[in-house]
Order: sequence, then structure tokens, then C-alpha cells
Amino acid sequence: MVSRPHGGKLVDRVVKGPRRDHLLEEAKELKSIELSESLVADLMNIAHGVYSPLEGFLIQEDYISVIHEMRLSNDVPWTIPIILDVNPEEIIDLKEGDDVALKYGGSVVALMRIEEIYGWDKKEYCQLVFKTVSKEHPGVVRTMGRKELLIGGTIDLLNEVPEPFENVRLWPKETRVLFRERGWRTVVGFQTRNVPHLGHEYVQKAALTFVDGLFVNPLVGWKKPGDFKDEVIVKAYEALINHYYPKDSVVFSVLRMEMRYAGPREAIHHAIVRKNFGCTHFIVGRDHAGVGNFYGPYEAWDIFSEFPDLGITPLFIREAFYCRRCGGMVNAKICPHTDEFRVRISGTKLREMIRRKQKPPETMMRPEVAEVVLSFDNPFVT
Amino acid sequence: MNGEEGSARRGRYTTVSIPVTLYNRIKELIKDTGFTSVSQFVTYVLREVVSSMEAEKLESEVISEEDRRRIIEKLKRLGYL
Repeated sequence: MVSRPHGGKLVDRVVKGPRRDHLLEEAKELKSIELSESLVADLMNIAHGVYSPLEGFLIQEDYISVIHEMRLSNDVPWTIPIILDVNPEEIIDLKEGDDVALKYGGSVVALMRIEEIYGWDKKEYCQLVFKTVSKEHPGVVRTMGRKELLIGGTIDLLNEVPEPFENVRLWPKETRVLFRERGWRTVVGFQTRNVPHLGHEYVQKAALTFVDGLFVNPLVGWKKPGDFKDEVIVKAYEALINHYYPKDSVVFSVLRMEMRYAGPREAIHHAIVRKNFGCTHFIVGRDHAGVGNFYGPYEAWDIFSEFPDLGITPLFIREAFYCRRCGGMVNAKICPHTDEFRVRISGTKLREMIRRKQKPPETMMRPEVAEVVLSFDNPFVT
Repeated sequence: MNGEEGSARRGRYTTVSIPVTLYNRIKELIKDTGFTSVSQFVTYVLREVVSSMEAEKLESEVISEEDRRRIIEKLKRLGYL
């Protein structure tokens, strides 16, 4: 049995059939709000159950509970506020209780029933969610640049938004059917925003040894400059899986969701989301979802002890390195040798090599993966 | 039904009663464990127990037969099955 959806019910706010036609007609008469790329991704994730049990953008009671208690107002664990920000001039003539059309690229994608319009303290948000208000933190910069008001309420998705990676994008309902069809009872989820190196492969395969299936689920969408572009991550993983993974034991699918770089809080969020896809286990890396030195290397492990009711088992797998004496990928717990034999895989060093068009050694990255990454003129977000 | 069970409480915290002897045992137990109060310990333990009881109570998620067939077709088309 794959994992139960978070909060007990897999949300489905995708409207079909005659009701959709009726609501689309109704939307023509309504005021509208234009969504950004990240907001429309959140909207789609709500509608398709990725954010179960959320049925819409947070109302104030939930918002306050999430930032202060890391739980929704009904006590269900939730650590990252899913909010819709607007400027006052965008909602002139709109009030609580009204319906509003949500648009993307000028076209209606959803209807929202406005339950609440409320202000928010962005600095407080940053301090509580990111543990800092430093302008060096990309999540802080992004949050401080958001609009002044929040609107909360349930949504109904009327039109799907085209996805460039449609062929490798599955929703929770689909992965749940897929895992069942494959006969998997235990599934480990892997979150990433990077191209895979040997360290990633090691932790994934170490985890897969003990469960039925591996769900590799990289994020696509907004990332900070210097991170890898979405298409590079997708192509690199396809190369790795084609050459080095047993096909029947792995599912690769992208998730369009913005990186927040909120470290420990985001690690919990990532685990909840994978639970909704049906995962029973989740790999939590060293400095998971961290950036710079804002979080301690194992803070994202410690926070899980505050959530005995999370409903997904975190797997804390130590950072891997290549040991010349052991002759393979190992970690500090299982390798007795000293630093002189250890080849550590630094993401920064790998990026520098790739920037110089230099092929990383096979003790760091599979040659097939390196070739894919190097085939891009500029594989990095600018 | 008495007042305690009659309606949902509002606000952040409420009081429940436990035997003093149990309170004392917990107080002793949590020394040097990271739990800073008996209330914090009781909340932690109850959340764990309640969530596992809720999970047992939940009915299996329902995906209609039509949805399942449609999804399997899509998974086959994309090469997942």
C-alpha cells in the first residue's frame, strides 16, 4: 500500500464536463487576476493534489498557523505558506465572497472564491520561514519583492497550462496508479534541483536497496542564477537512468514548483509533496534545500523530529564520496580510510569544471551524463 | 454528551486533565531529553498516536475505474508501463 495522501484525502480540483463549460462561460463576466509562472505552478499543484490537503491558497488563519506553528489551523503539518499575493489596484471592486477568474498569459485557467483578503508582514515571513532577513538569501529577496496583499480561497482549475516537459510530468493520481500497477508497496522519493553526480546515484541506489521503487522527482521552474537549467537536469537524468538504472525500479517525473531555499522547512514541504505522490520514504540530503551558509548542514534532518505525525519516513543518508582504497562510492560511516584517499564531490567544483567546458572525472560524474551537460552552450540559469 | 465533547474548541491551546502520578512520571522521564515540558511531550506523543489511528480509519482513496483506465492508457503511451 503506497502512502496515504497528506491530511487524508487526495485533492482533485480539476473541473471537467458540463460544469467546466458553465464555469468558463461565467468566468467571462468576472474580474480577473493575472498569475506569474510560479503562482500558476502552485495553482496547478493545488488542483492536482500535489499540495493535498490544500484546496486553495491559504486563508489568514492557516497562514498564521503555518508561519508560526508549521501546521495548518487543523494541526496537519505544513511548513511553507502557499499564498496568492496581489496589489491593491488589482482587486479594486473585489471583496470577500466574490468569485474571480485567475489568468495566465491572458487566458483563464481557474476560478477562485475569495474567502479572505488580508495583509502580511513580509519581514516576519522571512524571519520565520527562512530564519533570516538577509538580502543575500534568494528566498528573502523574492519574498520582499512580492505584492502587498494576500487573497485566500478555494480554486477550481478549468484549463491546464501547457508543460514543456509534458512527456515526463505525472500527477499524484497518476503516480499512485503507476506504483500500484508495478506492485510497489514501498517507494522512496528523491528531490533534486541538480544534474546527477555519483554522490546522488549512490544515495538513490542505497535507498532503493531497501524499498520496491525509486521516484526521482526533480523540480522545474524558477531557480536562482547559477543553478542548472531545467532542460539540462531532465536530459542528464534521462542519460543516467538509461545507462545505469534498472527500468522496472525507477520512475522519473518532473515537478513544476519553485525552489524557496528555505532549508529545514522546505525539507518537510518536499517530503509532504512526495507523500502525496504516493512515496512511503523520502531521502533528505545534507543541507537539503539550503543556500550559502544560512542553515546548518544537518538542520534539515533535525526538524523531522518535530513531526511524529508526518506520515512519510525520512531517510537520512550521509554524503557520499569516492574512496580510492575502497575502490568505489562510500560514505564516512562505512569507509575507514583517511581524507587522502577520498575524492569529495563538490557541487561548486563540478559547476566550475562544466563552466570551463572541462569533462568531470568518472569518480565524480558518469561520462554519459557529463557529455549531455557539456553539450549545452550554457547549462546554467542566468 | 458533556460540554468537553460537545463542540470544537477555538484558540491555540486548551487544557486536558491527566493523573498527577502520570504527570510526575513524565516529568521525570523527559529530564535531559530535549522536551522542555510535560505538555510538549504529551502533544508529541498524542500527535503520533492520533495520526496513526486516523490513517487506519481512512478509507482507501477512490480512483474511479474510468479514471484508472485513462491513466493506464496515458502511462503506456508515455512508456511508464
